[in-house]
Amino acid sequence: MSYFRAENLALHFGGLKAVDAVSFAVEKGEILSIIGPNGAGKSSIFNLISRIYSPTSGKIFFEDQDITEQPPYAIARLGIARTFQNIELFENATVLSNLLVGRHRHSTTQLWQELLFLPSVRANEKAHRRRVEQVIEFLDLEPYRDKLISGLPYGVRKVIELARALSSEPKLILLDEPSSGLNVEETDDMSFWIRDMRTELGITVLMVEHDMSLVNRVSDRVIALNSGRVLAMGPPAEVQQHPDVVAAYLGA
Amino acid sequence: MLDFVQQLVSGVALGCVYGLIALGFVLVYKATEVVNFAQGDLMMLGGFFAFTFIGMLGLNYWLGFAGAVAAMALFGMLAERLVVRPILGYPQFSIIMATIGLGFFLRSVSGMIWGTDDFKIDTPFSQGVVRIGSLVLADDKLSVIAATIILCTLLYLFFNKTTLGTAMRASSENMLAAYYMGIPVKRVVSIVWAISAAVAGCAGVLLAPITFVHSNVGLVLGLKAFPAAVLGGFGSIPGAVVGGVLIGVIESMAGFYLAEGWKDVAPYVVLLAVLLLKPEGLFGLHIRKKV
Repeated sequence: MSYFRAENLALHFGGLKAVDAVSFAVEKGEILSIIGPNGAGKSSIFNLISRIYSPTSGKIFFEDQDITEQPPYAIARLGIARTFQNIELFENATVLSNLLVGRHRHSTTQLWQELLFLPSVRANEKAHRRRVEQVIEFLDLEPYRDKLISGLPYGVRKVIELARALSSEPKLILLDEPSSGLNVEETDDMSFWIRDMRTELGITVLMVEHDMSLVNRVSDRVIALNSGRVLAMGPPAEVQQHPDVVAAYLGA
Repeated sequence: MLDFVQQLVSGVALGCVYGLIALGFVLVYKATEVVNFAQGDLMMLGGFFAFTFIGMLGLNYWLGFAGAVAAMALFGMLAERLVVRPILGYPQFSIIMATIGLGFFLRSVSGMIWGTDDFKIDTPFSQGVVRIGSLVLADDKLSVIAATIILCTLLYLFFNKTTLGTAMRASSENMLAAYYMGIPVKRVVSIVWAISAAVAGCAGVLLAPITFVHSNVGLVLGLKAFPAAVLGGFGSIPGAVVGGVLIGVIESMAGFYLAEGWKDVAPYVVLLAVLLLKPEGLFGLHIRKKV
């Protein structure tokens, strides 16, 4: 059985078929990219998986568990993390606080224990802090640790959002256009991190991306979408030469 | 001088009640960006619950107090579930109208259940006074101040030191992100409503010996607490309490030193002045949009 799979996923808004009978599977430890022209349904698929939308029909499975009806917070607790194209951070908090909120799904202490300031609470907090420091080191965020998000440049925020997702120690991470708004150098860093996430942290990656050079550098497989349907699926070079994909991009 | 201190203490006590109601405004606003105009009426309901438990059923004061606050917490959750959640996502205007409607509803229903007379609750603080030299301070007023300090400290610890409190702050800052950190945002919002109704209930019980309980008490005080919340920056918890105390003190001083009629106007004059000079309120965050 596949690690993650979508079966016949469809999302219709009235007569508009944003996603139409899309099926695919992600293997454990794989980096899979979804590409396609604007309006192809890439973000819709992401929003279906992370349960912002409910599918019109179809099913989603993660580790052989049906997650189609789960609420968003439950998805996070199962070990699926995501980032957003437009960055959704806690703006008025420090980088460190943002990452610590990322630890929420691992919080085990009870309210009454916290109100009594039990030693176990303190020990727990220290453990969370250690994990977060590892992520900060992994993504070279030391200089920003105690800065407020609202004062940081776009490129850094993008990395912080990734760091927050990693702080939750996900099994599967969904990256929504990780390179959008980044310069060439920052995109290079991003491509290294995405690969390291898989090799060093063992995280499976599903991403939506426009930058073909990034897609080619990191992906094991690529899915090309157009008008809510899958055009082609396979290794990056193969998919890019697929006649339907070429036609969709060139508008022929 | 003596008069001044006397007025100051009763102003602070009244202001604490405004502050507690304002706190309820702020908690709900921070969590859901909804202004709950029924907040004053929730306070009124807390007073009536306490009257029922203590005055009618003859419970011990502290038991009755705890019972009223617990009942209010439940009622807050219920109000969120029945009145607010079904219309979340619709324009602000609809939600505000719904909370105003909830206020009307609560006033009418409590009038039907408990009648329109003034009720009094006997409390351990009803009669006593504290004398410091020739200064005489009523216990009931001091109890309001003490209770406000205790409540604010508890809330501060809760919001800043516990996981649930942190989850609440996260949800109020960015709901979407909070969801994907594994925070059950809907449950969190319902707990926020419970807390804000419970705080309003506390205010209602504390106020009972001072102004009596009647079905319109919440409307009047709610209208005073709203400027307190605005003064404090609408969104800041310490701001709400400081705003409330300021309004209370100004009102009480104006009533004593100025001509008849100034008492009710003075707080609004100060509010207008503050908003002219510092539009984000005393404790408000200055938000500049990045372009």
